[in-house]
Amino acid sequence: MTVIAEAKRASALRNTFGGILGVFILLLIGVLAFSIRLFSVIKYESVIHEFDPYFNYRVTQYLTKNGIYDFWNWFDDRTWYPLGRVIGGTVYPGLTLTAGSMWWLLNSLNIPLSVETVCVFTAPIFSANAAWATYLLTKEVKGTGAGLTAAALLAIVPSYISRSVAGSYDNEAVAIFALILTFYLYVKTLNSGSLFYATLNALSYFYMVCSWGGYTFIINLIPMHVLLCIVTGRYSSRLYIAYAPLVFVIIHVVALVYYIKGILSPKMFKVAMTIAVTIGLAVCCAVIAILIALVNSSPTKGWSGRSLSLLDPTYASKYIPIIASVSEHQPPTWPSYFVGINVLAFLVPAGIIACFSPLSDASSFMILYLATSAYFSGVMVRLMLVLAPAACVMSGIALSEAFDVFTRSIKIQVPYLLDRPPCGDINSESSIAQNDVSNVDSHAPTDKAETVSKESSRKNQKKEKEQEIVEKVTSESQNGKRLPVLPQEVSAVAILLLTALGGFFVVHCVWATAHAYSAPTIVLKSYTPDGLHVLDDFREAYAWLRQNTDVDDKVASWWDYGYQITAMANRTVIIDNNTWNNTHIATVGAAMSSPEKAAWEIFNSLDVNYVLVVFGGLVGYPGDDINKFLWMVRIAGGVFPHIREQDYLVASWWDYGYQITAMANRTVIIDNNTWNNTHIATVGAAMSSPEKAAWEIFNSLDVNYVLVVFGGLVGYPGDDINKFLWMVRIAGGVFPHIREQDYLAAMASASFDPSPISSAVSSGILLPPTPPTPPGSPEASATQQNPFFYQRAS
Amino acid sequence: MEAIRRSIDLSYSFIVDLSMDQIRIDLTSSIVRVFLTLKVENTGASQASDVLLAFPPTEAEHLAIVKASTAEGKRKRKTYVPLSVNPTELPDAPNGARLFSISLRNPLKTGEAAVLEVLYIVTHCLEPFPVEISQSETQFVYYHDSATLLSPYHVMEQITYIKTPNNKVESYTRVDPTNRAGTELRYGLYHDLPPYSYSPIIVHFENNNPFAVVEELVREVEISHWGNLQVREHYKLKHAGARHKGVFSRVEYQSRPSISGVSSFKHLLARLPPRVHSVYYRDEIGNISSSHLRLGSQKSELEIEPRYPLFGGWKATFVIGYGLPLQDFLFESPDGRHYLNFSFGCPLLETVVDELTIKVVLPEGSKNPSSAVPFPVNQQLEVYYDFSPISMLAEPLMLVSAVFLFFIACIAYLHIDLSIRKS
Repeated sequence: MTVIAEAKRASALRNTFGGILGVFILLLIGVLAFSIRLFSVIKYESVIHEFDPYFNYRVTQYLTKNGIYDFWNWFDDRTWYPLGRVIGGTVYPGLTLTAGSMWWLLNSLNIPLSVETVCVFTAPIFSANAAWATYLLTKEVKGTGAGLTAAALLAIVPSYISRSVAGSYDNEAVAIFALILTFYLYVKTLNSGSLFYATLNALSYFYMVCSWGGYTFIINLIPMHVLLCIVTGRYSSRLYIAYAPLVFVIIHVVALVYYIKGILSPKMFKVAMTIAVTIGLAVCCAVIAILIALVNSSPTKGWSGRSLSLLDPTYASKYIPIIASVSEHQPPTWPSYFVGINVLAFLVPAGIIACFSPLSDASSFMILYLATSAYFSGVMVRLMLVLAPAACVMSGIALSEAFDVFTRSIKIQVPYLLDRPPCGDINSESSIAQNDVSNVDSHAPTDKAETVSKESSRKNQKKEKEQEIVEKVTSESQNGKRLPVLPQEVSAVAILLLTALGGFFVVHCVWATAHAYSAPTIVLKSYTPDGLHVLDDFREAYAWLRQNTDVDDKVASWWDYGYQITAMANRTVIIDNNTWNNTHIATVGAAMSSPEKAAWEIFNSLDVNYVLVVFGGLVGYPGDDINKFLWMVRIAGGVFPHIREQDYLVASWWDYGYQITAMANRTVIIDNNTWNNTHIATVGAAMSSPEKAAWEIFNSLDVNYVLVVFGGLVGYPGDDINKFLWMVRIAGGVFPHIREQDYLAAMASASFDPSPISSAVSSGILLPPTPPTPPGSPEASATQQNPFFYQRAS
Repeated sequence: MEAIRRSIDLSYSFIVDLSMDQIRIDLTSSIVRVFLTLKVENTGASQASDVLLAFPPTEAEHLAIVKASTAEGKRKRKTYVPLSVNPTELPDAPNGARLFSISLRNPLKTGEAAVLEVLYIVTHCLEPFPVEISQSETQFVYYHDSATLLSPYHVMEQITYIKTPNNKVESYTRVDPTNRAGTELRYGLYHDLPPYSYSPIIVHFENNNPFAVVEELVREVEISHWGNLQVREHYKLKHAGARHKGVFSRVEYQSRPSISGVSSFKHLLARLPPRVHSVYYRDEIGNISSSHLRLGSQKSELEIEPRYPLFGGWKATFVIGYGLPLQDFLFESPDGRHYLNFSFGCPLLETVVDELTIKVVLPEGSKNPSSAVPFPVNQQLEVYYDFSPISMLAEPLMLVSAVFLFFIACIAYLHIDLSIRKS
């Protein structure tokens, strides 16, 4: 008896310590999640980032100044002039209300923080909350260990950090927390069948709906999971409770069917079933017909452009250039997965396998979540954000299971190695040990539960019941098959490797956060040998507008800067980042791409006093309006047919690409950013082909003008004739019919001709074409593969 | 009656010439400084204890400060003793001339003479002409004054010097004898001027100095007995010179700084007390990333650049904040009261402040506040109040008790069984 009592006390003590340790780990995870997001404040300053956050900030300012009712009825006449925009009814108020109430609470406690400060730190605070929600969710799926691992991973996963650094005051900041919380409460309800959690689930879902357009993901994912459960025969009253507060119809039908099945005899049930199914099918057909008619009557089939491009990734680029023009709506590239979730990508499959052994309601939900979010992230790069929590949960499960197996292997074998030096068959010993341990494992919790429950209150009992469910899930698997035990050395090495993997992940996360995701984009910093350069021109312009123009002046700019102008300069804009009116945007695009007189007339008709144009040519800032110019033309062309993209195309050799875009304001085929070798080779082929073939190539590229530099007359050596051999070489690298030899002879004979052309040519071209680099050096190999690389390097 | 010499000195040097009365007008910045050297002689029958100064109403409107002093001692041991200057009224002053009276230390007896040094500063009196200039042009201004000293007294001899920033003087009124040499214009010597004689002159000259005007300055000084004095200054700055015309080309401005935008300014220097810390410089849209702080044992200098160079008519608002060690500014008076002794004015150099508000935030629990502002000469502000050190502990105690209550609540929640039915 005393032995049992002592063992009980020891295990109780261990549980208490474990609990306290867990709480502290969670606390630290929260601190980690918060503080890793402060790189932006430390490296730059406490300022709102980017574009959309400025709108949210402005809305929050309005809310805190005028109160919730005015906010609800807010018609904003300082944007989309002269149309205006109803803000109260068209925004997701979740974020604004959250930050607004945080500000109100702090101020009523006499902590006078500014609205800006609260807004800047909203995202890090909610990231900590999201990490805790991840812990809860994963705990429901696979227990505490996996929960802590997943929470730690989520706290530092770069793809989530990219949207939640301090200052990134956007809907996603709170929405990801709401998303994870909703999933947690759903899974919790599924596991416990408690109506209390179901109600919380509905509330949390409501909060999510208030916060982000991504709520459609939840409202589609949960029914999918319910359907999956029903189809695989896992229907239970808990599923009913979990889902009923969200949606009523289907689950009630199923519940009714199960109920009738219970009270009727099998034969009667079959008859009733056929009747019900026929009626049901008829009703369904009618409803579907009505739905199809409704959907067909609307031009976009009832879908918004963004949702449609999720289902058909090519939709936006075909029909709505404005959606395609936003870089975060593009499909991601492989490197963006690597930067975004890093080693998690390799751990996820292991996590999926762990979820299948055994497959519970909760783990099947996680698998479904992962699969759908992986698809969506593949369509739109910004939805990597939704994938991140799923990847973290899966990797957390995988890591935790792996550590479980490895440490158990070591733990079992160590006492035996110490007690008895290895003699005889180790395998048989360890198999005995396995059995012992599995027995202990399976009995200990039940013993404990029985004895403790007698003296504990109802509250504690409830907790233990929940624990039991989780433990049952794990112990079932342990009883079902033997616990896998690996050799001790393998385990130790594996633990080391896994720790190293985790270490790399942490290093990567810190690096990505510090260097890739912390820039606020309104302040740019560059490090050059002569020191730090701060480019603060955006705020300079906005501050100037704010101080030195009339309050009611109208400012036209491309839509990217709309939110920032209204928030920072407090001036009326024509179009902004809420791109709801394509025609209006096209009007500004038309003005931007028209000659001065026509542009003046368009702007005058819009009462514009100032036009904000960003030109980065002088300091080499690439994201300027010249860069966006082609999109202006395209968007304008969608509404005004007289603006045609072809009119703005100019072909030239790549050297002049930047200069043409900057100075002549026309679209070029290739420019100095030589990223696409084939494209350059095409132009090269055209340049080196006879006139007829060249015309055909240029025509296929919609070229209107060809810019060729000829320096022979004035003796300018750096002309296109000088570069001609390179054009031939680059073209020859892609189009084999263009051979360098064919041109060399011609050139050589030309060099005997005492014409000014050949004298200009001779200096550059007739030099030996082979570079004097030793074979094997990176430059030499680059030259072999990509001749044009060599040209740049030289 | 008395002989008065007026000299308007635009440099800081005093010229004390007993044989001659001088005015020296310094026009080298946007603020006009006038130095008068008056040799007063009592020619009346009775004793004279006050000497009157007269200003035309336009000048009096923009008068920032009038200071007077008299020299005591001989030659090398000469020291200047400040005299009190007060506005006064005289029934027979013509055309609304405004008068200030200087109280002499020792009344002048009949036939006695004394030398007075007067400094007065006039703001907003340089009028840009042309009113609008483009980026590449320089700024020319008008200065209106009188060649002779406006005075209620008979002036025996008088001479006026006007110093301009450079020798580009477009035009000036001649009141013979007048001559110009380099950056200096000389009017006079004039003899036997009747009282209130006035001969208007206009000088049109180039002045590219920063016409920085702080339209409104709100200073907040917050006292914390935990050892910190926090100062926040909200500025509304304006370039009050000739208005900017046409476009502003940043490329030209940056590539040819010597000829482009010479009338604009982009630096301002603020002189802060020594041992200043936690300095920030920002506006409503965030930190302004262009400022330099030089700490010194006597003074600290903060060089600030507004977000954009200020051209004529352009405005900029910003906030400067800093912390100071409390012991440098907070003292205890013999009767046990605390008092704050802090400078009143604006720390920016060469800047005019139109409206100034100063707020002093006393710590929670202070009683009987009173302030002493010894105007118009001394620029120190003193605020007296009662404060008991126990009030310092109020806030930490509140925090501690809140945390304590939270833990108590947690413990209570974990230990109390709220269920109705015992299982």
